[in-house]
Amino acid sequence: MIEEGLKNELAKQGVVLTTLQELYNWGRGNSVWPLSFGLACCAIEMMAASMAKWDIARFGSEVFRPSPRQADLMIVAGTVTKKMAPQVVRLYNQMPEPKYVIAMGACAISGGPFKQGYNVLKGIDRLLPVDIHIPGCPPRPEALLHALITLQKKIEIEALTGPNRPRHLDADAPSEFPVPQFGEHDIVPAMNPLLWKPTQVVR
Amino acid sequence: MESLEQIKIRLEAAVPGAKLEILPNESPSGQHSLLLDNAHAVALARFLRDDAQLRFDYCSNMTGVDWPDTEITSKVKVKKVIDGVEKEVDEVTKTARPGFLEGVYHLYSMAMKHGPLILRLRTGNRKDQVQLPSFTPVWRSCEFQEREVYDLFGVVFDGHPDLRRILMWDEFRDHPMRKDYSEPDDYEYEPTPHDDVLEKSKRHQAAKGTL
Ligand code: SF4
Repeated sequence: MIEEGLKNELAKQGVVLTTLQELYNWGRGNSVWPLSFGLACCAIEMMAASMAKWDIARFGSEVFRPSPRQADLMIVAGTVTKKMAPQVVRLYNQMPEPKYVIAMGACAISGGPFKQGYNVLKGIDRLLPVDIHIPGCPPRPEALLHALITLQKKIEIEALTGPNRPRHLDADAPSEFPVPQFGEHDIVPAMNPLLWKPTQVVR
Repeated sequence: MESLEQIKIRLEAAVPGAKLEILPNESPSGQHSLLLDNAHAVALARFLRDDAQLRFDYCSNMTGVDWPDTEITSKVKVKKVIDGVEKEVDEVTKTARPGFLEGVYHLYSMAMKHGPLILRLRTGNRKDQVQLPSFTPVWRSCEFQEREVYDLFGVVFDGHPDLRRILMWDEFRDHPMRKDYSEPDDYEYEPTPHDDVLEKSKRHQAAKGTL
């Protein structure tokens, strides 16, 4: 690794030094293509974020892909009903690695206003590995942009080798997650215990 | 629009043998409704749609109501002789009413610009006699709404062309809008629950052994 100060000094003289990892992550982080799908009212804010006023293109994410095969990022924008949950997981499984998930809004992170209902999944993090959670009902487009920038920062520091390397560079890590089935009273399994480990509330 | 009483008299004349009852609504809106008997319901509905003065050509809403088994308390003032003095005393009578499911239809007439007329149908009970005649052959707009009532209340509509669940998945066995339905206990409780949620959270913690 090159020392940060030396690098800046050299850059002033017109000598740009970089590493393969930085170059790779810089390219990936600034071209995160989201999957184009929305589930409820939060999706309207996601659409607003891609329009002229907020212009998600400034961050390289304007290319909403209609096919999971071409997408890098799944923005779970809205209420995930139990009837929809298997399809959401299936879409995620169809995305190629590296892939990331943003859970946008109260519904996607916890069930939101429908938390005590019978037909809404209480957070997509029960079935999928979520990278960024955005609270809000709905979150403003700025919050989505903030989440995107947070994700870019996360991508920027991903190591290419070593024990901390991300999932897509680790052949043993799973890239697909079990699709729940429709049961008689609930979806089965209702959550993935490998992913969903809630903190125990101490009363 | 004719009054509900007039409509009732004309219906009884048009469909011999039909049993009708006016169910009063005591609220300020005063939207009284007409209870139809299931055997003649479709014939009555066709008459309401086709009659030249009524022409209820549009069923705007079809919904369900679950009435669980209840006890109805009624107070009657009776004169009684207590200690040689005649007094007026409230006599409370309790009658058990077995539960049933109800289908409620709101009819309007586009042609005559009147409405609503509210119809009710009742099932025999909540367990094995849950059939009601379907009004989909009379008003197409009932199709999805009757499917919804089938899905959420478990009312089986005889004569419906395509009776499947519409909101929940086909494998689902429960009827979530019934009063005795209990949803899966699958959510996290906030640290300070209250009222109904407090009760639920206590049951949840007792079951998980974290009380
Ligand atoms: S979090 Fe609020 S705005 Fe977003 S999908 Fe849920 S209900 Fe709609």
